[in-house]
Amino acid sequence: MQTRDISELQDFCKKIRRHIIEMITEAKSGHPGGSLSAVETLAVLYLEVMRHDSKNPQWKERDRFILGKGHACPVLYATMAECGYTPVDQLKTLRKMGSIYQGHPDRRFIPALEASTGSLGQGLSVAIGMGLAARMDGNPSRTYVMLGDGEIQEGQIWEAAMFASFHKLDNIVAIVDYNKIQLDGFVKDIMELEPLADKWRSFGWHVVDADGHDLLALRRAFAEAEATKGKPTVLLAHTIKGKGVSFMENNPKFHGMAPTKDECEKALKELA
Amino acid sequence: MAAKTKFDLKMGSATREAFGKTLVQLGRENKDVVVCDADLSKSTMVHWFAQEFPGRFFTCGIAEANMVAIGAGLASAGKIPFVASFSAFVLTKGFEQLRVTVAYPNVNVKVVGTHSGISIGEDGPSQMSIEDLSLATALPGFTVISPADEVSMAAFVRLAASHDGPVFLRAGRAKVPVVYNPDQQFAIGKAIELIDGSDVTLMAHGLMVAESLRAAEILEAEGISTRVVDVPTIKPLDTGAVAKAARETGAIVVGEEHLVDGGLGVKVAQAVTQSHPCVMEFVGVTTYAESGTPEGLLQKYGMTAANMAAAARRAVARKK
Ligand SMILES: Cc1ncc(C[n+]2csc(CCOP(=O)(O)OP(=O)(O)O)c2C)c(N)n1
Repeated sequence: MQTRDISELQDFCKKIRRHIIEMITEAKSGHPGGSLSAVETLAVLYLEVMRHDSKNPQWKERDRFILGKGHACPVLYATMAECGYTPVDQLKTLRKMGSIYQGHPDRRFIPALEASTGSLGQGLSVAIGMGLAARMDGNPSRTYVMLGDGEIQEGQIWEAAMFASFHKLDNIVAIVDYNKIQLDGFVKDIMELEPLADKWRSFGWHVVDADGHDLLALRRAFAEAEATKGKPTVLLAHTIKGKGVSFMENNPKFHGMAPTKDECEKALKELA
Repeated sequence: MAAKTKFDLKMGSATREAFGKTLVQLGRENKDVVVCDADLSKSTMVHWFAQEFPGRFFTCGIAEANMVAIGAGLASAGKIPFVASFSAFVLTKGFEQLRVTVAYPNVNVKVVGTHSGISIGEDGPSQMSIEDLSLATALPGFTVISPADEVSMAAFVRLAASHDGPVFLRAGRAKVPVVYNPDQQFAIGKAIELIDGSDVTLMAHGLMVAESLRAAEILEAEGISTRVVDVPTIKPLDTGAVAKAARETGAIVVGEEHLVDGGLGVKVAQAVTQSHPCVMEFVGVTTYAESGTPEGLLQKYGMTAANMAAAARRAVARKK
């Protein structure tokens, strides 16, 4: 892990949030809420935790990241672009015909993406396959996969969870972006997940609870994950959907709705 | 020209909206109608039903396979469940459940897949269902319906509810033109001849019906007498209408917002070879699309009136 100045990380996060707002406003559709909640996690992963090289995206020993909740791709696109994988100046072509920045992550357009996602529930299994392959090859590569809290209602997630602990896969880390909101409303009203930490623990996982907007806490959580041997780690990142934009925070409306031009300006002012 | 005066194709609502509205009316008429949702109620439009009948509405979370089998249980115990999600998820994730808990024991579940085809636009291929009709028609005993507009969707929601047996009902996200008068009669398994013609028949379902009507106008102006047939029931297919079209026009073009490897096209081809082999052309998607505007995508991937007309010209030329 290469640590950076916290202020540098904070500036990075602000820049990513501005990209997210501008990209989705320009596209007139997309998912701001779940993109904004994941900003800090991706920043810490891409700037500090993961071993990767944008100049050599197919490097065999790279750490990998999969966005299980593919609809939040604006945060991934903006982060990867700022890390040098893809052009920053094309971010605003999001969701337009021919853009590399497709509505959901699409490896046909960006080969550096580790998986094409968008149908919820499958990313963890794919990450496990990558973890297994790395272990077979004696490859130090670690795989990180971000899941939505709504997403983990899919049964496949729990089939995968059972598998990973049974096979003692300690080179994969699942992150639940626990923002407590899914598409139609609050998770507790649709399909409650609590006690969530107990569920993962009973499936044989090491569980770390952290404030998903606290950069230091995230840094510590990923260090703890790396130090945990013999079982997989899940980070329950407690976050706020729409984080950073007052009128989007905790507002289910902004799960899948683009801001208007006015709302965009207001948001950018808050993120100045 | 008959086509022009008869069909002004005014823009109507999306078929998913007609589905959601009719479901509420059904709910008022029959207390056994229940609805299962997988966190997409505001997109599939079952949220109106949920508001009026909270006790008969079950949110299953994002868990389509489980939802389908719960539907099977509800139906086996006498309810009339409508289980709804995006077509791309309910059929794919729920397929094995549809096979073993619904189709095989012939259980009375109504599966509704909205956001079908590529006209969902910006969300891209992961949410675009282009295989759903292949899957649904593969299930023995399933009735498979893809209405063209709000009028036919409203009628088919009711027909699906009163039909005893599993049904797959396909709906779209985008607004589509109104094809039918409010008093039009529909029946499961019946195709509807919209325009008569003698040189070629255009057969279609969903939003390709309106495109076929537009194509017929283009073709008539070129002197090609064009029949247009809406085939809302893909299974069981109206083999009579297919045989008649083959016999009387000698050329059939099938247009659908679906992979050409499955769906209506292959069903019609099968029927044609069993009755009256004739020239056929197929208009549909051949691979996964991408993000874009609905109109832009339909154009790029070849599902417009112009594509239907071009295919009809090819078919007519091959006849000679
Ligand atoms: C299998 C599947 N079912 C349904 C959807 C439609 N969908 C897209 S996002 C979403 C809600 C996701 O909620 P969550 O995982 O909590 O994501 P977040 O709140 O972080 O955006 C749903 C239901 C989908 N993409 N995939």
